[in-house]
Amino acid sequence: MPPVDEILEGKDICICAGSGGVGKTTTSAAIATGMAARGLRVCVLTIDPAKRLADSLGLRELGNEASRVDPELFEQHGIEMKGELWAMMLDAKATFDELVARQAPDEESRDRVLDNRIYQQISNALAGSQEYMAMEKLFELHTEGRFDLLVLDTPPTRNALDFLDAPRRLTQFIEGRSLRVFMKPTGLAARVAGRGASVALSVFKRIVGFDLLADLAEFFNAFSGMVDGFQARAKRVNSLLADPHTCFLVVCGPQGEPIDEAVYFHRKLVEAKLPFGGVIVNKVHYPAERLRGDGADLEGALSEKLSDVDLARRVAENFADYQALAERDAGNIEHLAKELRAKGVIRVPYLDEDVHDLGGLAEINRYLFASSEERIEIAAGRA
Amino acid sequence: MRIFGRHGRGLVLAAKESHCAGIRTTAGFSCHPSKLLGITPIPELLDKRLVFVTGKGGVGKTTVAVALGLRAAEAGKRTIVCEVSSQENASRIFDHTEVGFHEVEMAENLWSISIDPDESMREYVLLQLKVRAMRDLLFRSRIFSYLAAATPGLKELVTIGKIWELAQLDRKVKSGRKYDLVIVDAPATGHGIGFLQTPRTFAAIARVGPIHSQAQQLDRLITDQEHTGTAIVALPEEMPVNETAALESELRAEVGVAVDRIYLNGLYPERFSRQEAEQLTELADGEDGSVRAAARAAASEHGRARSQRAQLARLRRRAEAPVKTLPFLFEPELGVEAAHTLAKKLG
Repeated sequence: MPPVDEILEGKDICICAGSGGVGKTTTSAAIATGMAARGLRVCVLTIDPAKRLADSLGLRELGNEASRVDPELFEQHGIEMKGELWAMMLDAKATFDELVARQAPDEESRDRVLDNRIYQQISNALAGSQEYMAMEKLFELHTEGRFDLLVLDTPPTRNALDFLDAPRRLTQFIEGRSLRVFMKPTGLAARVAGRGASVALSVFKRIVGFDLLADLAEFFNAFSGMVDGFQARAKRVNSLLADPHTCFLVVCGPQGEPIDEAVYFHRKLVEAKLPFGGVIVNKVHYPAERLRGDGADLEGALSEKLSDVDLARRVAENFADYQALAERDAGNIEHLAKELRAKGVIRVPYLDEDVHDLGGLAEINRYLFASSEERIEIAAGRA
Repeated sequence: MRIFGRHGRGLVLAAKESHCAGIRTTAGFSCHPSKLLGITPIPELLDKRLVFVTGKGGVGKTTVAVALGLRAAEAGKRTIVCEVSSQENASRIFDHTEVGFHEVEMAENLWSISIDPDESMREYVLLQLKVRAMRDLLFRSRIFSYLAAATPGLKELVTIGKIWELAQLDRKVKSGRKYDLVIVDAPATGHGIGFLQTPRTFAAIARVGPIHSQAQQLDRLITDQEHTGTAIVALPEEMPVNETAALESELRAEVGVAVDRIYLNGLYPERFSRQEAEQLTELADGEDGSVRAAARAAASEHGRARSQRAQLARLRRRAEAPVKTLPFLFEPELGVEAAHTLAKKLG
């Protein structure tokens, strides 16, 4: 697989997708740093990054606005920064509020929505609203055109697909078409729909309590003037995701489960005709295949060199354990590559140090921005 | 009829009985006399009726939940491991095809269920409404499914309601099996607090009606420290340790839950001393082939094991709950053997 800078050649947007716990935030930050180092003006949008990573990028005081990462920080870690790196921590609730403010016809309708308890619930907690707001912010920044490249670290969903489904779910909810019709049980529509709907409504009322229903009705009334605006915007957000200048990178780990998810996610991206760039597999136990063969009596050889039988045994044992994991990883990645029909897998090795600062990002970038051959060379040098 | 009972009596009774698990002769419980002798004592976490296992994604929550389940089951407790948001990770561990919304036996005394919110909703309505014609009407009605989907938190609420139902000795579901212990593989953090917070939030929104009192009751269930336990699973790395400490304090402040235990998963063994690591690094520099690779791998392992110990110490300083460690398992896939191995290590 070509290096990341080749994959992202001519792209405006890079979306890093994947399930939680696979190093998505770190990978997004590394890609953004690497592309900025190559001369671009890059902004990385992240949700809830690790505190120390945020600190190392100088992100401590960040609100819902992009701010520039101090160029001097990169020099300290031996990174030559030709472009600019900007970063922002996304605040989903604030983004939703801004969106409402923009779509509302007047201040009164804006406040009616913002004050509504159902709205407060949805903007905070409704499944999909965080994901959708990430896309919304992406759209907004893209429209402004201040950056050459936007890198989005998608929110940690259990299922990577939740992200793609978010705009549809959210707009469907806000539309609330069928609900709004039935909210007035005496209305014409309800009479046409017949007794079934009104009974359903009254049963539902009995189960959840009347207040909740009244709040919902109020919510849809308050929102009714903005539905068209929301729909139109969601459509534009969706077409931005499908644009050939957008690139989806799937991030995963080398274990069976994350690999299966990456395979599934790739399939869904293809089905949805979204532009797929490749898969980045993090924490790979790397060079197994190159190290096999000459280890016929490793323990004996070690024992001779170390003149310590017990230590030699432990070293050999440790190596066997590592090899087993390396073989597992190689098998899983082979399966992944077959599924992707050689469209590309970048393997980032399991580094000795836990990555949470710019030095770690620089180390990761040695792999992300190298050709396949170079990657093997670098890994072999380490191993 | 109320599915969520009136005073949570079933739960209290159940807890009293569970302290003499195995000796009890209550109908529906099997005794395992052989297991009464010479077994290691069960960690007190498993003496509760309900345990939530939570944590960041990718830390091994499901494996730990299953290991806890196996440990309890081996001690003679009839245990069920519940998954939410239809991930089916537990059935994967047991090489089971699909569990679905059924209680499926995975091992002796151990069952598993994948709690689907739509099915839970359906079951809830069935138990709420006695009149059959009314139920049929409701399920056929599009507006009902829309309302159910549109009400924020309702899906999570009925999911927790189903968990409550499973924990009842007097099951509401017809011919429901009685369990001594219910273990929940909770959603990943971020969504995790939201999940446990749902009843509280819901009780505040729905100020009247049956859901209001039922939500309050579920909130009491979650915060009932005597019968309900919470464990966080973490990894010995910078970010997961930070997130675990944050999760613990958020659970206390926002949900009113005190975490009982933190499991630090995937801890490497300390195979080499610092001097040995130095010796091996030196050796690697002067060698090639597999001797060099093995020496390098050993030095790397030493570095990782050390940095993991530093994270463990950091977590112990920051967390209030006791931190127990679980070893990294050098196995290609974490299947049922791995869960058995971990079950033995659970303290």
